Amino acid sequence: MRWIAWKMLTGDRAKYLGTVFGVAFGVLLIAQQTSIFVGIIGRTASQIVDVREPDFWVMDPYTQNADDIKPLAASDLYRVRGVEGVEWAVPLFKGQVRARTSTGHFWQSILIGVDDQSLVGAPPKMLQGDVADLRRPDAVIVDEIGYRLLWPEGQIELGRELEMNDRRAVVVGICDVSSPFFTFPVMFTRYSLAMGYVPPQRRQMSFVVGRVSKGFDQEEVLADISEQTKLVAYDDDQFFWTIIGYYLRNTGIPVNFGITIALGFIVGAAIAGQTFYLFTLENLKQFGALKAMGLANPRLVGMVLLQAAIVGIVGYCLGIGMTAAFFEFTADLNPNLRGLYLLPQIALGAAATVVVIVIIASVMSLRKVLVLEPAVVFRG
Amino acid sequence: MSVAVESIARPRLVAEGAGVGVSCRGVVKDFGDGQTRLRVLHDIDVEVMTSELTLLVGPSGCGKTTLISIIAGLLDPTAGDVELFGVRQSKLRGRALVDFRAANVGFVFQQYNLLPALTAAENVAVPLMILRQKRSTALEAAREVLAQVGLGDKADSRPSQLSGGQQQRVAIARALVHGPRLLVCDEPTAALDAHSGRTVMELLRQVAVEPDRSVIVVTHDSRVLELGDRTIEMADGSVVAPGVESPRHSEVA
Ligand SMILES: Nc1ncnc2c1ncn2[C@@H]1O[C@H](COP(=O)(O)OP(=O)(O)OP(=O)(O)O)[C@@H](O)[C@H]1O
Ligand SMILES: [Mg+2]
Repeated sequence: MRWIAWKMLTGDRAKYLGTVFGVAFGVLLIAQQTSIFVGIIGRTASQIVDVREPDFWVMDPYTQNADDIKPLAASDLYRVRGVEGVEWAVPLFKGQVRARTSTGHFWQSILIGVDDQSLVGAPPKMLQGDVADLRRPDAVIVDEIGYRLLWPEGQIELGRELEMNDRRAVVVGICDVSSPFFTFPVMFTRYSLAMGYVPPQRRQMSFVVGRVSKGFDQEEVLADISEQTKLVAYDDDQFFWTIIGYYLRNTGIPVNFGITIALGFIVGAAIAGQTFYLFTLENLKQFGALKAMGLANPRLVGMVLLQAAIVGIVGYCLGIGMTAAFFEFTADLNPNLRGLYLLPQIALGAAATVVVIVIIASVMSLRKVLVLEPAVVFRG
Repeated sequence: MSVAVESIARPRLVAEGAGVGVSCRGVVKDFGDGQTRLRVLHDIDVEVMTSELTLLVGPSGCGKTTLISIIAGLLDPTAGDVELFGVRQSKLRGRALVDFRAANVGFVFQQYNLLPALTAAENVAVPLMILRQKRSTALEAAREVLAQVGLGDKADSRPSQLSGGQQQRVAIARALVHGPRLLVCDEPTAALDAHSGRTVMELLRQVAVEPDRSVIVVTHDSRVLELGDRTIEMADGSVVAPGVESPRHSEVA
């Protein structure tokens, strides 16, 4: 009977493909929309994620995200360094500036000022030039996509000049960064230079970042920093989730995107469930004939479940493949889609959703099959 | 009937009261309940003989389909009982009844009801697969029975590639492949033209009628009446003529 179930399912190729693609399309909608949401929300923490050397981030208690930062006093750096268990701690600047090119283009940019001595916070992946070149006079490193925004024409070349706050800057390197939330160029420079590229303020230091000495409990040291400095110390993860949480709570992104995802989910689930349900409905007469011929209910159930499993598995694989392919190809086409990809958690979530949808569709189909009076086979 | 079918091992029932295959006693059927209750069969007493082709005739809506559904075990009667080859249906419940049907009843429907995705041979093999025979054995037997209904060369065709008459012959092969004791056919010729209809009825006479088997054919089709051995006539939910031997039968006998 398994063989007959398989034949019934695949016998009409057009109908089979329609059903499978219905599920695949549902999976695509669900996985793609969720991935984009997760990717976009994750971008709010991009510049934090890219800083890999430190274990902890110290900031003003009122700083809740990486864009709207209440600066620290210069003395806070020494207070953090004074906490027992802190191996090293350095300042990090993050702010926004307007960069102007010699051609007159200007562009709002993200400026990161890294510690002059250690260069902690420098870009993790260089495409041209070297991180050490940051030590040269007026040196800045720009991310590749940002470079394209600033100089849309011509080849990428080092040595181009910029002006920020009426001060000269020279591009000494091109790097790759995680896509920022807004499509702004991301520039790296030394902390001391950064102080000149932004209008002067009483307090400038965005964060103190550092590492905990070996042999100390990270959690305890962080608690000590917070307690002794009256600032907040987070580890990478805590800071990441603080930022994400802030954007989820305080912006329209989750609501707007949530609606889109919910729609993707509902439409995807409806398409997937509906196509399979309709498939069974169309075959109801055939199930009725089998029932009349003496096929008992448990075996009929087995047939429907087998068909559901095949449709679910094949449809899911197709849909996930289509989602992965979508991100693979669109990343090259549009820089705004760079860095968005299918997370394994989302693939798993989509699988779980398909299982639920297919079970619901099978149960609905089965109800029809089970209550089916075999005598219907005599009716036209 | 055939070597192919006889060679298939399956439990046979011992025929009691040889000659009478099916007997209905006091069969009543109501549809709906309360206000909408409708009595479709009134106290039916009827017997169907073995080794004969019995026609069930009567005006539309008189209850023919309902009666054969009850005889075949597809519908429960509201009252009364049906005895099939010495087995009282009311004694069979649930799964036992389904298995009894699988082993002992064959069906031919007006609309053929073949599975469109399967070839003719695969369709014919279905009842054997329901009886849990191996697919290869079942397909082999199916091909032999197809040959008997004159469709040996169409074994690998899909139903959509066959004419109505051919599809009905495939359906007859399917109904007989497992050697059932009872064959019920509901208007098997209604969807066919006169010529194909006659071919199908003649085929039924030829391959279905067996010493051990009862064959019931519901029909409206006056053109095939003479092909039955006996005719049961119904009107308005009752049997008005419980089994008149047809003239042809007397001649043959
Ligand atoms: N499931 C059902 N529910 C309610 N009424 C039904 C049901 N099945 C049949 N009937 C009614 O029972 C009566 C007999 O129906 P049945 O189909 O047995 O007649 P029939 O003799 O086979 O007619 P036809 O020659 O048109 O096929 C009809 O009045 C019909 O409407
Ligand atoms: Mg009828």
